Amino acid sequence: MLNGNIAALLYLTSGVLFILALRGLSSPETARQGNRFGVIGMAIAGATTLLYQLPWGFSSFFWVLVAIGIGGSIGVWRARTIQMTAMPQLVALFHALIGLAAVLVAASALYAPQGFGLGVSGSMHGTTLFEMSLGAAIGAITFTGSVIAFLKLDGRMSGNPILLPNRHVINIGLGLLLAVFIFAFIPTEAHLVFWLIVLVSFALGVLLIVPIGGADMPVVISMLNSYSGWAAAAVGFTLANLALIITGALVGSSGAILSYVMCKGMNRSFISVILGGFGGDTAAPPSSGEAEERPPVKQGSADDAAKILLAAKKVIVVPGYGMAVAQAQHALREMGDILKSKGIDVKYAIHPVAGRMPGHMNVLLAEANVPYDEVFELEEINPEFSGADVAFVIGANDVTNPAAKTDSSSAIYGMPILDVENAKDVLFVKRGLGSGYAGVENELFFRNNTTMLFGDAKKMVDGIVKAMS
Amino acid sequence: MATEVDPQMLDKIQAATQAARHAAETAQAYADQIAAGASAASGGAIDPFIFRLAIFVLAVVVGYYVVWSVTPSLHTPLMSVTNAISSVIVVGALLSAGVDASVGEGSGTARVFGFLALTLASVNIFGGFLVTERMLSMFRKKG
Repeated sequence: MLNGNIAALLYLTSGVLFILALRGLSSPETARQGNRFGVIGMAIAGATTLLYQLPWGFSSFFWVLVAIGIGGSIGVWRARTIQMTAMPQLVALFHALIGLAAVLVAASALYAPQGFGLGVSGSMHGTTLFEMSLGAAIGAITFTGSVIAFLKLDGRMSGNPILLPNRHVINIGLGLLLAVFIFAFIPTEAHLVFWLIVLVSFALGVLLIVPIGGADMPVVISMLNSYSGWAAAAVGFTLANLALIITGALVGSSGAILSYVMCKGMNRSFISVILGGFGGDTAAPPSSGEAEERPPVKQGSADDAAKILLAAKKVIVVPGYGMAVAQAQHALREMGDILKSKGIDVKYAIHPVAGRMPGHMNVLLAEANVPYDEVFELEEINPEFSGADVAFVIGANDVTNPAAKTDSSSAIYGMPILDVENAKDVLFVKRGLGSGYAGVENELFFRNNTTMLFGDAKKMVDGIVKAMS
Repeated sequence: MATEVDPQMLDKIQAATQAARHAAETAQAYADQIAAGASAASGGAIDPFIFRLAIFVLAVVVGYYVVWSVTPSLHTPLMSVTNAISSVIVVGALLSAGVDASVGEGSGTARVFGFLALTLASVNIFGGFLVTERMLSMFRKKG
């Protein structure tokens, strides 16, 4: 019913609304408005397609409603009940769904091209078939890759890198096989070859993600975000749909930028992350032979920590993944409130790769009602450590390690760190003396002005709160 | 009393429908002209694929600048909202689900795929936007 040109203009409109949705995120004040633009854009895209497809047969329309009903309820339920600490898993799962949807839409277009205005089965354009196979391949890689990322993030699978022998050879072989299948598919349009493409891509997705360790997850999840965008764009090219092409391009570049930011936050090259093998959940043992030279660490109790904190004028809190694991964010905010009520200046410092996905710590602190103008990024806060009386490090380690600046032989050398060493006193809340993901010893633990608070982060902070009041 | 319809009201409704139809026709005419113009400008010689590619490349550039302007503290919502908007793949899913059963032997299979894709995309549309909204509502200023 809708004219094709009008439909195209409406799709363009929703593409522009999606750009505005991302633009809104430049500040927390405009972010919710941006999200609404996104919703409107989606509504326009959906409505346009429904109108364009008129007249709908009763049974088709019925099934459309059923699908939206089932999917929508699952989506609403997950969005309402998910714990903020589990956001990385949820996002990984959502990436998987987009990937699989891309595969299904591409398959559908292959089986009934007439329904998409792509010509007749058996005589589709070469370009169309190329775009279709590309969409299916990237979608399939995104799907299995994201499922693996989900399993790792959710702790259903070990976060340790799984290193197959000759994995690079296997991956290159599969990549070549994929290219061969795609070139075999274009002239033949054979359904079997299409499914072989999907199958090889499924395998490739698994093999690409299993060797990547837990600490590199922020990069992986950003990368899969990017892939899901490219998959959507490829499907958009197949269907000649502007909304999909624009959105795919936006999401693809967004994920790529986030991957870059994360890599920079760890001073690692994107290639070395992809090649994998770095950063398991259980750290490598510290290099042998040095153990006996270490001076003893100064241990403290919650009472000691409370005294040190209450004597301070300025406290900077450095949260890390350990805080998320222990769900200590609410107790931490309580502690901050008490300190603030005593006139002590409290700020929060976030390292770019703290947590398991970009910006994860900010969301957890926001959830615990920490105002966002007390939370600072690395570049903003680093000069302030020298004026701080206490740096309170909770569940973070590598991101504070001065070895990144001084020891060129260290695995984390060159990584930007939070300069907690400049504070008068440093409190470390940690489960034990183990080294971080990078397997690097933190010399800060052994300094005179450092007090180690061993224990579960939440219990420890609860203890400090109790000791203060 | 429910059966009595004000004839004036009826006239108004008819006029409104006619106006709407007229507006739609005008819009269609304009859109057709723009499309014809675009095609004429290219002498009809440029493959429509190139136009799509141009839009794609421009969108990548726009995306690049827009995403760099996103504040790092909102990177998680950025990820969930890009996730939500990628579910515009629902457009493809709807087309698949609505494939006319009479077009050929593959249409049944295509519709099953469409149904599944539509279900998955719906999870993302509702889940993605809602969870983003939930996160953003947590970000508060000091006060």
